[in-house]
Amino acid sequence: MNLLSKFKDPELCHNILGQIKQDIQGDFRFMEVCGTHTVSIFQSGIRTLLPGNIVHLSGPGCPVCVTHDREIAAYLSLSQKDVIIATFGDLMKVPGPGGKNLKLAQAEGARINIVYSAFDALNLAKENPDDKIVFLGVGFETTAPTVAVTIKLAKDQGVKNFSILSFHKLVPPALKALSADKDIRVDGLLLPGHVSTIIGLEPYLFLAEDYNMPAVIGGFEPLDILQSILIMIRQKNDGKAQVINNYKRAVSDLGNPRATKVMNEVFEPSDALWRGLGNIPGSGLAIRETFSEFDASLIYDQDLPEVDEIPGCKCGEVLKGLIAPDKCPLFGTRCTPAKPVGPCMVSTEGSCAAYHKYKI
Amino acid sequence: MSEKIILDYGSGGKASQRLIKNLFVKHFDNSILSKMDDAVLISDLQGPLSMSTDTFTVDPVFFPGGNIGSLSVHGTVNDVAMLGAIPKYISCAFILEEGLEMDDLDKIVRSMAIAAQEAGVLIVTGDTKVVPKGAVDKIFINTTGIGSVIADPSPSGSRACPGDAILVSGSIGDHGLAILSHRQGISFETDVLSDSQNLNHLILKLINELGDVHVLRDPTRGGLATTLNEIALQSDVEMLIEQDRIPIREEVEGGCSFLGLDPLFLANEGKFICILPQESAARALEIMHSDPAGQGAAIIGEVREERKGKVILRTGLGGHRLLDMLEGEQLPRIC
Ligand code: SF4
Repeated sequence: MNLLSKFKDPELCHNILGQIKQDIQGDFRFMEVCGTHTVSIFQSGIRTLLPGNIVHLSGPGCPVCVTHDREIAAYLSLSQKDVIIATFGDLMKVPGPGGKNLKLAQAEGARINIVYSAFDALNLAKENPDDKIVFLGVGFETTAPTVAVTIKLAKDQGVKNFSILSFHKLVPPALKALSADKDIRVDGLLLPGHVSTIIGLEPYLFLAEDYNMPAVIGGFEPLDILQSILIMIRQKNDGKAQVINNYKRAVSDLGNPRATKVMNEVFEPSDALWRGLGNIPGSGLAIRETFSEFDASLIYDQDLPEVDEIPGCKCGEVLKGLIAPDKCPLFGTRCTPAKPVGPCMVSTEGSCAAYHKYKI
Repeated sequence: MSEKIILDYGSGGKASQRLIKNLFVKHFDNSILSKMDDAVLISDLQGPLSMSTDTFTVDPVFFPGGNIGSLSVHGTVNDVAMLGAIPKYISCAFILEEGLEMDDLDKIVRSMAIAAQEAGVLIVTGDTKVVPKGAVDKIFINTTGIGSVIADPSPSGSRACPGDAILVSGSIGDHGLAILSHRQGISFETDVLSDSQNLNHLILKLINELGDVHVLRDPTRGGLATTLNEIALQSDVEMLIEQDRIPIREEVEGGCSFLGLDPLFLANEGKFICILPQESAARALEIMHSDPAGQGAAIIGEVREERKGKVILRTGLGGHRLLDMLEGEQLPRIC
């Protein structure tokens, strides 16, 4: 059996499922904070195999979904200026205030290019020296280091027509906000595998120490996920929370020091707005002064406009795990993947989209 | 330098005549076409008829396992056959881009002739237009086919009944992956070939031996998942599919995971879904396995009453989830 198929093997998975059923005491509510986990839990059918007293919640793990309305309003407003916006395709259809999105802006004449990486955006700038290219920096610790490398490269090469609007977000501060929120009852956190490859174990330790919250870094195959759930349940039973790395084949406890170094060299922590969670201190990444010539918010004097929330959309509550997506009154009726009202229905990793696509 | 298609070839004048004679009439070679009247006289088709039309545009025009020519015959032959019919005649209309290589056109037309001969159909009428460079992408082909229906009642997407078995005639996703990987310039260790082929002979055998087949449909655009959803809606039934039993080649599985694609949504051009009473299922499978076009055939699920209009997938782990239609194209994602 090759390594990967081992992590899908039905027999091994059912073995762990049996142990979960044996060990669980009362209800257990776990939350994953990575969209890839959300999709994998649905896709593999794990959701329908877990005992009924395990409640599965999807947290703020989809970078598109947590992007705040005011941030969306900011990049939409920037797209009206004399620039070319370079963006990941995910953002194109994300509805902002008044139902506006980049696709509509493009139809109305804004210049927008879909790119696969910040590096592509830099190349776009070099190929079009007479245009000003702004890359929309959205994503977690997984994306930020490559953006940082691109900014350094732009500086080394003296590229003058390239900048970044940084709405990057950091996962641990959001987990802190979630853990501190008394309304959110979560018994365990399934920590994001990809983000953890960059930051390692250390930034999560406060979860166990300060909040007695069981937390496990898990991979994305069914066996990874089931093992992680079992570990969390056992910790809860023991009354002693720990932060465990259960994805050792991909995540080093130390993370990727080279990636975090370059990230810290270019960015510094700043306050950031999260959909649903509001302002979280130190949860964003602002471009440091040394690299301010690449900071689109300064170059174009782009602030965060005050906006009204999208009426009726409960994405905020969904992202906090307070309601299941299908409890939103608009779910499946006014809000569908074809005509999304909120961002959680747009992104392939959004919880509303996953519910709509997979839930029976 | 090799000859290129110029606008004159579509003028209807002498140049057009030359193209028709030296290329189409030569390759398609049959007495009905060579009469060159404005229309063809068909005198041997009776009873209920099956007719279907499709326009083919594909990038790349030549792909591993076929080209737009063979595809344009297979596609229409198969669509006509899905009604439980014997395809007999095909018409074809070409829209050619100025500058197309004559050699390429010759290859394409030759592949059409071979595909038609294998299917046992005659290409009896056609039309050619040449448009200025950029107006189409190299070559568009429309084919229309007609044939006599021998199944009674004839199969239809609305005839799936609770209790029926669901079969697929072979491995899924080959064509879609062959096209997409070729388009992206990616080659895998084992080349994935398109499955483009005629299905009419196998279908004829099934109808002749089994009599009543409830549904026949080829899962082309949108793939297996989309076609199953269409049938579930049309017949107002639930389809329960066993993920483990869906035949997917290892190369296709590997290529898909590399490119972030789901084989269940990839196009197929030489496979069909067959839904029929449970008691005929084993025999149907035998018939498929005995034919070159049905080698990888498998029973993949059953029709049920519960969740009408939905396709449910029983996963490899034994869990259940919805298998929905695709919502537009996938976009690159952020993490
Ligand atoms: S279903 Fe739509 S409107 Fe409701 S929370 Fe989800 S994205 Fe927002």
